[in-house]
Amino acid sequence: MSEKLLKVKDLRTEFFSSKKSSVVAVDEVSFELEKGEIVGLVGESGCGKSVTSLSIMQLLKDTPGRVTKGEVIFEGKNLLTASKKEILNIRGGSMSMIFQEPMSSLNPSMRIDRQMIEGICLHTSLSKAEARERAAKILTQVGIPDPQRVLKNYPHQLSGGMSQRVMIAMAMSCNPQLLIADEPTTALDVTIQAQILELMKKIQKEQGMSILLITHDLGVVAEMCSRVIVMYAGKIVEEAPVEILFGNPTHPYTQGLIASVPKLGSGVKVLPSIPGSVPDLSSMPTGCRFAPRCKYASEKCRQQEPELVAVNDKQKCRCWLKQ
Amino acid sequence: MSRYFIKRLLQIIPLMLIISIFVFFFIHMIPGDPAKTLAGVEASVEEVEAIREEFGLNKPIIVQYFDYMKNLLHGDMGRSLKSNLPVTEMIASRMQYTLRLVFAGILWAPVLGIFIGVICAIYRGRALDHAGMLFAITGLSAPGFWLGLMGIEIFAVRLGWLPSAGLDTWKGYVLPSLVMGTGIMAVLARYSRSSMLETLREDYVRTARAKGQKEFIVMFSHAFKNSLIQVVTILGLQIGGLLSGSVITETIFSIPGMGRLLIDSIFYRDYPVIQGLLMIFALQYVLINLIVDMLYGVINPKIRYD
Ligand SMILES: Nc1ncnc2c1ncn2[C@@H]1O[C@H](COP(=O)(O)OP(=O)(O)OP(=O)(O)O)[C@@H](O)[C@H]1O
Ligand code: SF4
Ligand SMILES: [Mg+2]
Repeated sequence: MSEKLLKVKDLRTEFFSSKKSSVVAVDEVSFELEKGEIVGLVGESGCGKSVTSLSIMQLLKDTPGRVTKGEVIFEGKNLLTASKKEILNIRGGSMSMIFQEPMSSLNPSMRIDRQMIEGICLHTSLSKAEARERAAKILTQVGIPDPQRVLKNYPHQLSGGMSQRVMIAMAMSCNPQLLIADEPTTALDVTIQAQILELMKKIQKEQGMSILLITHDLGVVAEMCSRVIVMYAGKIVEEAPVEILFGNPTHPYTQGLIASVPKLGSGVKVLPSIPGSVPDLSSMPTGCRFAPRCKYASEKCRQQEPELVAVNDKQKCRCWLKQ
Repeated sequence: MSRYFIKRLLQIIPLMLIISIFVFFFIHMIPGDPAKTLAGVEASVEEVEAIREEFGLNKPIIVQYFDYMKNLLHGDMGRSLKSNLPVTEMIASRMQYTLRLVFAGILWAPVLGIFIGVICAIYRGRALDHAGMLFAITGLSAPGFWLGLMGIEIFAVRLGWLPSAGLDTWKGYVLPSLVMGTGIMAVLARYSRSSMLETLREDYVRTARAKGQKEFIVMFSHAFKNSLIQVVTILGLQIGGLLSGSVITETIFSIPGMGRLLIDSIFYRDYPVIQGLLMIFALQYVLINLIVDMLYGVINPKIRYD
């Protein structure tokens, strides 16, 4: 049994439109990540993937969102009750993140070298010159042929693929234990997408870090991940090792997702549609949240919400059919 | 970069030419006759005619314009109808006072305004934010002349701490600079607050936090600089407005600057002086905008002038 690197327990994140009224974007989310593991987090747009990752990193400042319940235990420490200083030490150090939008995630008025050196200096005792050297080395590792030029560039001088490589390099620069990659390739075209994923896999193997890979693309999941978590409307509905999930999906939502993928790895970026749409956060169905779109939905499904339960020793599912 | 600015500088020439036409014909539309004003109420028709003849006021207005422009190209703005002094000299001797006033306003107002705005943005929704914005809105709604008169009443008349007129000592600058700067301070406070709030929601601010950077540095080294990009443009417009704002300030505090000269000249229909002053105001405005654009390029690396 390998060690748990990250344990998320009963995480609940709400967005407040006023002091009293809020919508719950992430609800009772619990999962674990082992050392050296790549876990996929999938689900339709708006199901709470990004909010989950931002909640783990505690990056909801300047949004109306707040974690209102649960625990995020990273390397044995609960981040939700940790001091500011401890959080700052972990962020960008042992836990780092790549964001959905590479182009807007770099500071437009700061050269790349300063942006990279900043992070390295925060988490190591290197001097600025040494940090710059390290930045150049990592840029080479992420497949940038002329790091010295890129270091001197401003973000607008880089292409989307280049920006994302820089973001990856930045996230890797302090040898994190956990990398949260929020759709690291969605904004990029297919060939670059493949390169970047290949790169992440390579670095992951070399450094033995864990990755939480958030994506729309089941093809990417099949290629990269060992385990998959499926989210629907703020909740986890299924969790399983990747072969089992694709071979024997138990939740009707997962079945729908897999059935409608034309062919794995074909580069389809948007999840193909299951009839109907994701319920609005402010008017969640009382029973199973998938009921309005589920062809197996019964009266019980509409009245009572199923729990996430183990259907066998490797697979969990939130559906009345499996309890 | 330099080529772009040379081009911009050259563009000023046709722009000023157009401005000169507008100003010239506009001035001659002001009702009233300078020859009569100059000759005095008692003057005979012949005396008035003689004055018209002397100053070329009897020529067609088009001809007058071309005469004026011909002289202007030689650096000659004509002579005052009233004092017969060269307009260039008159303006030159007054300009320093206006510039001093503008400087006295610029010295503190943008800095304080931006500071208040940024602090309000950082503490948004809390007491400090409300207090700052109340202060800014008050400053924005208080008319300059009212502020000036109240300042004189309280600090000069009642308390006797400050002089009510002139710029002879540093104390003389306090009230005028207050009148000059308050509006700018208030406008910039509001702009920089909203600009900062917008910037704080940017993805790269989140990236900076994700690095584990301290909140203070996230605010100033990542958010603040980018939020300034919008503020600089507003600042340029405001400083341009300061020049005209000096008219009121100079009048209230009896400061012999260009604003006062303008008021006096309009009263006497002193065409060459009005013309000269308005041209100078326009030129300053254009130049300030050019400087702001250059500043903009320094702050925003995305702008490349080519
Ligand atoms: N800043 C915000 N203010 C209010 N609500 C928000 C905010 N950010 C997210 N939400 C809410 O949280 C829900 C989940 O959003 P999230 O960004 O996590 O979706 P996602 O799964 O990452 O989708 P996508 O695949 O499009 O990135 C959304 O439905 C949205 O209503
Ligand atoms: S609980 Fe009912 S409605 Fe929900 S997924 Fe299962 S069968 Fe469908
Ligand atoms: Mg997202």
